[in-house]
Amino acid sequence: MTMTEIISHPLTKLVLGLVLILVFVGVNGLILVWMERKVVGFIQRRPGPYEVGPHGILQSLVDGVKLIAKQLVTPRGADRFLFWLAPMLSVTPVVICFLPIPFSPGLTAMDVNLGLLLILAFSGINVLALCAAGWGSNNKYALIGAARAVSQSVAYEIPLLLSVLCIAFQTGSLSLSAVAEGQSRGLLSWNLWVQPLAFVIFFISATAETNRAPFDLPEAESELTAGFHTEYSGMGFGLFFLAEYTYMIVVCSVATALFLGAHDGPFLPGPWWFVLKVYALILALMWFRWTFPRVRFDQLLNLCWKWLIPLGLANLLATALVLKLGE
Amino acid sequence: MPGLAKTIKGLWSLIVGLGVTGVEFFRPQLTVHYPRKEVDNLATYRGHIDLVARDDDPLTPRCIVCRKCVAACPSGCIAIESRLVGAEPGGDARELSLAPGLIVTGSHAAPPPRQKIRREVAAFHLNYNLCSLCGLCVQTCPVQSLAFSREAYLCGSSRADFEFELLERLRRRAPAGGQRAA
Repeated sequence: MTMTEIISHPLTKLVLGLVLILVFVGVNGLILVWMERKVVGFIQRRPGPYEVGPHGILQSLVDGVKLIAKQLVTPRGADRFLFWLAPMLSVTPVVICFLPIPFSPGLTAMDVNLGLLLILAFSGINVLALCAAGWGSNNKYALIGAARAVSQSVAYEIPLLLSVLCIAFQTGSLSLSAVAEGQSRGLLSWNLWVQPLAFVIFFISATAETNRAPFDLPEAESELTAGFHTEYSGMGFGLFFLAEYTYMIVVCSVATALFLGAHDGPFLPGPWWFVLKVYALILALMWFRWTFPRVRFDQLLNLCWKWLIPLGLANLLATALVLKLGE
Repeated sequence: MPGLAKTIKGLWSLIVGLGVTGVEFFRPQLTVHYPRKEVDNLATYRGHIDLVARDDDPLTPRCIVCRKCVAACPSGCIAIESRLVGAEPGGDARELSLAPGLIVTGSHAAPPPRQKIRREVAAFHLNYNLCSLCGLCVQTCPVQSLAFSREAYLCGSSRADFEFELLERLRRRAPAGGQRAA
């Protein structure tokens, strides 16, 4: 095997992609935690982190060092295996979720024709992790948090899928690259204009799927101490935290690829536009979190079953009808 | 369709809420970065209490040792030591004496005129560890001898650092070379 063959081998690309994704995930986690604290600070007219590094940019780094240095405590009566499996199970699938995301036509770690399905399948594992964390902790708050996480995720995966299906119908493909390719002819070719309702449903469901406020019931600090991660110390908690922020990037990336034209944009190269749109969506998620109060659990499920699912179904039917008539 | 109207109103309220926080996001911050900057509105700050000097004498407090503040304090922070001024040496100045106008039976003259005796603060101890800053002592003082200090940046590393001798503080605060007024 020559050097060129090794470099151009798909496996090399995959390994390289995974390493880059790990770097991206780690650095993004640090930046997003800092960004979140800055956003909440500004909204409350405070400076946020300010002392470590210029404008506190290194704050999340030293927080990470603190988390790594802390003792890992397993509560008495906990299921040791599940308890420590859960945080790892929460973070690991994230890496796979990044594989099919089309940062630009040339910058996709692995172009699979079932990319969307891959992301949806692997992001579902996070629910299992939360469930294991809650069960393994031997703690009532953690268990209630886990139960909430499961019912919430199960409910909101339906409207999420319904809105994603609309785009899949329209494009006739489950490959994110193909969907992105279809929107690369300027602002007006973006799916957002054709499927505004699907975008709204997707974004609301994504907020709920990532357990972000106002749908952060699994960790509801005011009722459940910290919900499913009540008993985790040090990096156990750190991994859940990292996973939460990384899932934010994943859902915002998918939203960008599906609705906001992916890497389409003038002047700047494609990947910059992609990252810019992703960060704009994340900023919106943070804006939501520090504006809206947490909903009650019945309100959460009512919103899903009485509004999002019927609307999503209607939207899907209308899309199918229009596509069929257009043939 | 009242339900739909309610939903639309609810959705609009979400956008209004985003507007509120969005505007706050861009408004100037209110935080004062303490070690680098300090606040300038200390006029109304209620720190620990301090003695107020007499108008004619910056070294002497207005206090008349009525001990109302000691009685009013719910936490027992205040302890006053006093001494009597104007008493004859050796004599007990607190001895009961009759009103000057009365003539004691069996004597032919009025008693010697009553000496003017007054109490003076010898020491005014404040245990700030116990104080809850209720301000009852300041309210109770009949001669306005107590006031809140403006020590917003007070700090210490032991309990002893918060046990104050207010009379000493008053004397230290007096302008340099402040002589007892004639």
